[in-house]
This record gives sequence, C-alpha cells and structure tokens, in this order.
Amino acid sequence: MDWTTLFQQFMNGFSLGSLYALLAIGYTLVYGILGLINFAHSDVFMLGTYFAFFMMGIFLLPWWLSVVIGVSLCALVGMTIERVAYRPLRSAPRISALITAVGVSFFIQNLGLITVGARPKGFPRPELMKNVYFIAGVRIQGVTFWVPLFSIAILLVLFYLVYRTKVGIAMRAVSKDMETTRLMGVNVDQVILYTFALGSALAGIGGALWACKYPQINPLMGTFPGWKAFTAAVVGGIGNVIGAMIGGFIIGLAEIMIVAFFPNLTGYRDAFVFALLIIFLLVKPSGVMGEALKEKV
Amino acid sequence: MKKLLVCVVMGFLVCFTGLVWGQDVVRIGANLEMTGAVAAYGQMIWEGVQLARELVPEVLGYKVELVLVDNKSDRVEAANATTRLIDKEKVVAIIGPAISGSMLAVGPICEEKQVPVISATATNPLVTQGKKFVFRACFLDPYQAKAAAAFARNELQAQTVAILSDIAQDYCVALGNFFKEAFIELGGSVVAEQYCRTGDQDFSAQLTTILNANPDLLYIPNYYTETALIVRQARDLGYEGKVLGADGIDVPELVDVGGEAVEGIYFTSHADTTKALTEIGQKYFDLYWEKYNKEPAVFGALGADAYLIIIDAIRRAGVLDPVKIAQAMEDTENLDVVAGTVTVTNGDVAKPVIVKRVEGGKYQFVKAVTVEE
Repeated sequence: MDWTTLFQQFMNGFSLGSLYALLAIGYTLVYGILGLINFAHSDVFMLGTYFAFFMMGIFLLPWWLSVVIGVSLCALVGMTIERVAYRPLRSAPRISALITAVGVSFFIQNLGLITVGARPKGFPRPELMKNVYFIAGVRIQGVTFWVPLFSIAILLVLFYLVYRTKVGIAMRAVSKDMETTRLMGVNVDQVILYTFALGSALAGIGGALWACKYPQINPLMGTFPGWKAFTAAVVGGIGNVIGAMIGGFIIGLAEIMIVAFFPNLTGYRDAFVFALLIIFLLVKPSGVMGEALKEKV
Repeated sequence: MKKLLVCVVMGFLVCFTGLVWGQDVVRIGANLEMTGAVAAYGQMIWEGVQLARELVPEVLGYKVELVLVDNKSDRVEAANATTRLIDKEKVVAIIGPAISGSMLAVGPICEEKQVPVISATATNPLVTQGKKFVFRACFLDPYQAKAAAAFARNELQAQTVAILSDIAQDYCVALGNFFKEAFIELGGSVVAEQYCRTGDQDFSAQLTTILNANPDLLYIPNYYTETALIVRQARDLGYEGKVLGADGIDVPELVDVGGEAVEGIYFTSHADTTKALTEIGQKYFDLYWEKYNKEPAVFGALGADAYLIIIDAIRRAGVLDPVKIAQAMEDTENLDVVAGTVTVTNGDVAKPVIVKRVEGGKYQFVKAVTVEE
C-alpha cells in the first residue's frame, strides 16, 4: 500500500470517526449527569435526518435552514423524552430507567416505520459536499473534507458551552453531585433538560452530516451508528467529553483500517468494534480518558 | 311489532354471516419482506400478488384469500412466519421470501410439512436444489452471472474487473463467484475482490483499494440498499469507469437513493416491464398503470407470476391438497404469466437475462442475453 492510499484510508477513517465522535458525545453528556445510557439517542439522530429531509422536501427550504430547524426539533424531542420518559423515573432504580430508554428507542423506531415506511429514501446533498478537493495529490471528497471540519467546529462550541458558561458549570456540578448542587440552589431538573437538549441537538447535527456522507435514510438507520458511538463513548471513557471524541476517532479509524489492511476480515468489521467494547469493559472500564468510577453500569 | 322487526333483522344477520362464513375459500400464504433491509422487494411483490389476485380471484370455485406475514427481511423471522402460515393459518401454498437467504431457511420447513412454497425472486441455486416443495419464478444466479460476464466482455469490452460483494448474503456471494469464474473463462481478469456486509454504510476502505487496482468495470452483485451507496461513494472517490449490477437493484429506490451517481450503470434483470409478452401480462400492466400510475416494477411482476403459477397448479390438481398442488406446480408447462411463458423443471424456470441501463432516472432495455448453461 503506497502512502497516498494510506493517507486516503486515514482520511476515510477520520471522516467516519468524526461522525461517531459527535454522536458519542450525546451518550457521554447524559451518562455523565444521570448515569443513564440513553438508548433513544440513536433514534433522535435518525429523526434529525428525517426532519431535515422533510423540511427540504415539503417546504423546499434551503439545506442549511432545514438542518437548523431539524436540529432544533431534535433538541425539542430530546427534552420531551426527558420530561415524559426519564424524569418520572429519576429516583427509580437505574435498571428501570435503562429499560425505559430501550422502550423509547423502540417506540421511535416503530413510529417511524409506520409513519414514513421502511423503504429507504435518498437524502439531498448540498453542493458544498459534492465538491472534490486535492491535498498533496490525494483526492478528498467534499463530505470527507467538510464533515470533520464541521464536527470539530461544533465540538469547540460544545467545549465553550460546557466549560465556560454558567449552564455548563451547572451541568458539570450536577454530574459530580446532584444532591449537593440542588442544595446550592441550582434548578437540577432544568439543567438536565438543557443537557438533553444539547445532546439531542448534537445527534441532530450528527444525523444531518451522516446523511450527507451516506445519503440513504430509513427509520432504523440509527441503530448501528448508535451502538458504535456508544462503543466510542465507552472506549473514550463514558462521562468524559474529550474521551468520547477520541473514542469516536479510534473506532472510525479502527473500522476503516481493518477493512483496508485485512480485506478478508471485512465481515468481522462490526464484530471487531464490539469485541473492542467488551475488551475495554473488562480491562479498562474507565476508558482512555475516564477517571476510575466508583460504580459501574 | 318492534319485537318482530328485531327478530327479522336478527334473522337476516344470522343468514348473512352464515353465508359469508360458509363461502369456501382457499388460503394462500405470503411470507414477505414488508419491513427491514429489503422491504422494497417484499412490498413490490405484495403489490403484484394483490393485483394478480384481482385478475384471477377464484380457483375451482373457491375464493382466494391471501394471508400476509412480514418476515422483516430476516431469515429467522422468515422461518417462524412459515411455521405460522402452515400450522396456524392452514394455507395450501406459500409465496415465499424474496431473498435467497430467507428462502434457504424456509425451504426445509416446507419440505418437512409438505406444503409448496414459491419465491418470486430468490435466485441462489441452492434454494430449490434437491427439494420437492420449493419453487421459484425467476432464473438462477449461475445463469445470470454467466450472462453478465458475457455482456461485460462482449458488449462493454471490459478487460479487468473489480468485484465488491456482500458476504452476508448467499445471493451476492454466489453471484460474485459465478461471475468471476465466467469472466476469467472469457479471457478477462479480476484485479480486486472486496467484501462488505448487509447494513454497512461506509465502503470507502474497500473502494479505495479497488480504485487503486484501476479496473475497467466494477461488478456489484448486491441489493439496492448497499449498491446505491457503493456507487455513490465510488463516484465520490473519483471512479469514472463502468458499473454492472444484478437483478437485486431493479427497484426504483436505486435511483431515489443513488441519484445522479447511478446514472449510466448497467444491470441484469428478470423482465422488461415496458412491453408485455402475454395477454395476462398486458392486463396486469394496464391494471398497474390504472392503480398506481407508474411503471410496473419487475419484482411485482414476478410476485404476480408466483401467484399465477400456484393458482394454475391448484386448478390442475383439482383439490386443495398441498402435496398434489406441489406436484402440479412441478408439472407446469408453457404457462402464460406476466413476465412471459414459463415451464417449471426441478422447481426452477428458464428465462433469458435482460440487461438494462439507468438513463435519466429510468431503466432502459439494452439487450436480452442468452448463454449456454
């Protein structure tokens, strides 16, 4: 394999990884605060693509506006899920919340199957994503070029929100100790609601970018990216935002490289990712970046 | 007076329900992919089966009742659906799953329970091999692949080819291997062989390797979901050569999803739906246009064929006995169905392979290819 091919493969992995990273952060944010694995996250991701798709298809809005509206709707859906499904179970055992999360996920998927049908739809791509760029003789598609850039820009905004704003400080405080934060006069429910809005908005953006790269959408499309992103969150250290990002890149690159270097193992691509998940859970459950947890899932 | 009226009404109701219940029906099962990865196949076949029933609603004086079960494009679900159709719904014959993998799971159950099953589109040779109760209404993969290879060598003048097939599907793997064999036999060479799995969305790694080998032709014997994405990503990565697909992409979704990227690609198909070859075919296409106002889908036509083969067999068997019906299906000879005239031998039917090309989002007839088996 010559170096241009290697670089091309690296870009492929980097591009895929940045999408996993966006999605993984949604899992990590919610987990960090509630200790809940929000299985409905991958379905909010799916909804994001459909919202944008219908905005473009029915209301004929420009691409960027459709995505903005889609992302806002995702945030709204995330908040609704929190309010309706998770908040009533706040003091219930963790397993109940987990089962509810799975239930919400199935509910959204099947609602999608009934309302929009199982047949996949094509997702229109903006011109920007269709362009082709050449970097040192390597051909880079618009999507491969822009998706990671957008992702990184969004991640920077997220870091600002989490580390520099009042809401962000409150979020981190809640994740450390919910009760004490409540005693300090912070409206914990509201902070949690914000967290869900933020996580779901990221899922929406991830969805729109994913659909630009893989322009085929169906109501079950969230499942696999969701699991992979969850794996990324665990590998990176669940609860840790930077870890989730690194985890995303690790998973994306690992997936591409196994296909690139061992074409005969292509069938084990997904198995490989999930084997990684199991290994991490067994050997280093706190992940690459995570602090040692006092309790485990 | 009021009482009398009530009595009369009740009387009528009893008689009426008695009539409905008393009417003799023959139940035919449909075990199809209504949701899941290849939902488009199942949905189109179901459309075709229903239209065919409108054209031929009765057999031997029995009204035909269709019982649909969704197998979710999954082989385990397909097996369960079969057991349910036979044991619980008491069907006399089944229109089986569209895809070979699921048909392979369904076959042994039908053999054991002695109820005939016919797939509209399962093309893998193993589907009917050595089985008495398993049929299909389409050609086989070795035949299709041979025709594809001949077309690639003779018409497309391809010297080198790269193959990207889906290892999770019996259909795709078999087609890829048969094509490779035939293509090499015809003097071409295979410069890259790559694999993917059903449900994959990212093919950049495989395609980068393929592009590195610089083939004249890219052969993608996969289902439409993956093929649309593969071709799109191949074009994104800068592939400008020819692409050849198989009957699995002969659905409108290919263009919906693939858009301008799939423009110009060739594929092998079961039938040309722009013109009818039989009287029943003409009726079917007319009814299809009237009902849906769009080009009839090939999968629907084959679904109708499966239905018509069953009905004809029931008529010739003369009884609602699954074993006799299966025997009659095997004896089908020169039966006019929607996609042409069929004769069944060892559960299979013989037909020419039609090559089509995507032009302006429509599928244009290119050539009918027949090769020696």
